[in-house]
Amino acid sequence: MKTSNKINFSRRSFLQTSTLASGGMLIGFNLFTACKEDVKPPVDLSLLDYNDFNAFIKISDEGKVTIFSPNPEIGQGVKTSMPMLIAEELDVDWNDVHVAQGVLDTKNYSRQVAGGSQSLRHGWEPLRQTGATTRQMLVNAAAAKWGVLPSECKTKNGVITNSNGDKLGYGEVVKEAALLEVPEDVTLKDVKDFTIIGKGKSNVDIDEIVTGKPLFGLDYKTEGMLYASVLRPPAFGQKLTSFDDTSAKGVNGVTDVIKFGDKVAVLATSTWSAMKGKKALKAEWNQDSKAESTAFHDEKLLGILNGNEFDTRRKDGDVKKAFSEADTVLERTYESPFLPHNCMEPMNFFANVTSNKIELVGPIQTPAGTAGRVAKMLGRDVSEVSLEMTRMGGGFGRRLYGDFAMEAAEVSHLAKKPVKVVFSREDDMAAGIYRPAIKYRIAASIKDGKLTGYHLKEAAINSNMYGLIPNFFPAGAIENYQVDTGNYKSNITTGAWRAPYTNFLASAEQSFFDELAEQMNVDRIKLHRDLLQKVKGTTDEQIQYSPERLEGVMDLALEKSNWGKTTEGVYQGFAVYYCHNTHVAEVADIEMENGYPVVKKVTVAVDCGIVVNPLGANNQVVGGVIDGIGHTMYGELTFNEGIPQSNNFNSYQLIRMHQTPQVDVHFVENNLAPTGLGEPTLPPIGGAVANAIYAATGQRLLKQPYMKHYEPKKIIG
Amino acid sequence: MPTYNLKINGKLQSVEADSDTPLLWVLRDHVDLVGTKFGCGIAQCGACTVHVNGNATKSCSTSVANLQGMEITTIEGLSENGDHPVQEAWKEIDVPQCGYCQAGQIMTASAFLDNNPNPTKSDIRTAMQGNICRCASYNSIEKAIEVAANKLS
Repeated sequence: MKTSNKINFSRRSFLQTSTLASGGMLIGFNLFTACKEDVKPPVDLSLLDYNDFNAFIKISDEGKVTIFSPNPEIGQGVKTSMPMLIAEELDVDWNDVHVAQGVLDTKNYSRQVAGGSQSLRHGWEPLRQTGATTRQMLVNAAAAKWGVLPSECKTKNGVITNSNGDKLGYGEVVKEAALLEVPEDVTLKDVKDFTIIGKGKSNVDIDEIVTGKPLFGLDYKTEGMLYASVLRPPAFGQKLTSFDDTSAKGVNGVTDVIKFGDKVAVLATSTWSAMKGKKALKAEWNQDSKAESTAFHDEKLLGILNGNEFDTRRKDGDVKKAFSEADTVLERTYESPFLPHNCMEPMNFFANVTSNKIELVGPIQTPAGTAGRVAKMLGRDVSEVSLEMTRMGGGFGRRLYGDFAMEAAEVSHLAKKPVKVVFSREDDMAAGIYRPAIKYRIAASIKDGKLTGYHLKEAAINSNMYGLIPNFFPAGAIENYQVDTGNYKSNITTGAWRAPYTNFLASAEQSFFDELAEQMNVDRIKLHRDLLQKVKGTTDEQIQYSPERLEGVMDLALEKSNWGKTTEGVYQGFAVYYCHNTHVAEVADIEMENGYPVVKKVTVAVDCGIVVNPLGANNQVVGGVIDGIGHTMYGELTFNEGIPQSNNFNSYQLIRMHQTPQVDVHFVENNLAPTGLGEPTLPPIGGAVANAIYAATGQRLLKQPYMKHYEPKKIIG
Repeated sequence: MPTYNLKINGKLQSVEADSDTPLLWVLRDHVDLVGTKFGCGIAQCGACTVHVNGNATKSCSTSVANLQGMEITTIEGLSENGDHPVQEAWKEIDVPQCGYCQAGQIMTASAFLDNNPNPTKSDIRTAMQGNICRCASYNSIEKAIEVAANKLS
């Protein structure tokens, strides 16, 4: 596929440029999906400054380029990969590019969100267009200076040349370029001409990270800022009845104790004092709604699966009929627990609420939504809110929810002081917005050796699979197919967790297919191939996955893993999946050591289109796989009477280095538009591991975490 | 509040703090060295790792009162120009994803390599058990430690 193309833009939705008082050129834009259409340039361009324009690109007189990355960075690498798209088309030397984090600016950016692995997919066209248009303006300025046609000029590494041998650096023409008309169409590079896209670039913050520079929310401080440690209800469903702060106020450094809602904040001049102050609080709680336990959740979810009340999310043919006519029906129930996010940087946020402004600073995946909610809570206009995004010590979905920013704003508002709320690890794990516990019941009907029906039921805490998930593989491949969902509304807070729903759905389905193939007496790979064959040429627009691309990743993973040809004592499990617009196949190799399954190696094949930054992409793929192994093997948060039974890393197991396999990554090479990688390699791994464990032990593990089947083993590192 | 004289990154610093204050918070809140990270507060995750007299130490669980006269090194003081072989290796391999745990990982790795400059893979995997990375950058950390070991030998 050729990605080089010409696109006409309307003038109104295009670049705005300005010369800077400090020298150089500033370019902002509002085009296509990355920016809103109705933005007008400020009336007087000369009044523009760096802060209120929020441009994507700044070029100095010396030719140095600053690119502002608009999207929140949570470790998924967009602060490196999105600017790479601009720099590629701008045709500059990546070494001359400095990347800075853009602040929240709903006027100039849209979708300033980190979530759903969508940043690169949405930015692919508009960010390259921005770079290309800017480059064209610089070329036009140089051509005018030389009295030649722009088409006679070439660019390379930030230098413009013409056939007469003249040379001008971008910095030498920025002043003129900024005053030029914005070109109406530009040509994007052909894939073969890429010099930055597809070449591994290090994380742009790497020097700061390895030397410990302040980058994260927890590192942010201002003059006079107080630290707040917040006491929250110890069990879900509890309300605060009374509290005694006498001892807390006696702790050195404690300045204020503030009740807000059912919480009490202890403010102090240092984090340690605030934490000590919180521990010294005495509070009484009242159970206002049911104190739920894990056994109760199990009962409720199984009750849903055994019942008849479901929302039908996709229905093809007649599953009931297929099952009644079947020779054999295979039915299995798969179970997963609640999971906390456990970002290594505990939740925190800074707020300074004064009579004329609301300053918010911190790690957040949803800056715009959070600013709006804070304004609404305080009865203020959102225009009074400024929000600065810091680098995030992990997100995984937890930082989509601005609860911690709301707490900081409310406490600052009541205390009339600048405040940073800091969660302890115990606060972070016990006041979570968890991956909900989910159970799947999957049944398949077999008639004359053929798969005739597939019925998947989901029972989940609070909410169900969203969007197009019911149309993921194997939808479209089986004549009689139905997906039903039901949920139990709990007072335990739940939300998105890396690859929501698919993080366990893929595991359950891919385990099921392994067993189904065995039941049908066919090779598991052949079963997948036969099913994919049926989806080819589908006209069903709900089906987003490509059977050809799934075949492609299967072929690559099977080849690279030496599928079926491993040495004695090594057992393999296979899984293939599509989610977040990316196709992935994985083979897990396990060995049994002292009776325990140990994942030694994982081979991953990924089709994410063009790999923008191979270094960052590799990190995401490997990270997703190992994170997935950690959680399917060890992750579990249980509840007793509304109280989470783990609240720190001595009672909750995250995977550690000695438990990790080597992950071998392979990308399918093609010229298709890139898709995201923050999530899609995680979901299938649970299935691949379960299938490998079956190959090794003959035991089908249906309930996560898998290592629980092997107790008593000391699993904390 | 008592005063403690600490030697941090080769510099004498006088700090006024309660005797039970963990070194972590002295570093972060009192002397403004925020490179050392808070992760768990109970010496389980390693994000707060620093060197005390050259040994990798969890600063969240080490009280300031026990540290007078000792040499404390934080990530900011590991090298003058960010070019310690371990830091160089981290850059070469492009280890960090979110980056939050990496200061602790680097401090653990550098103290480990001081004691064991020619480690086996198994030595590395055992030595790094105390440092958690939720992004799961473990494969890269392992590789970077091998690269650093080569640089050191």
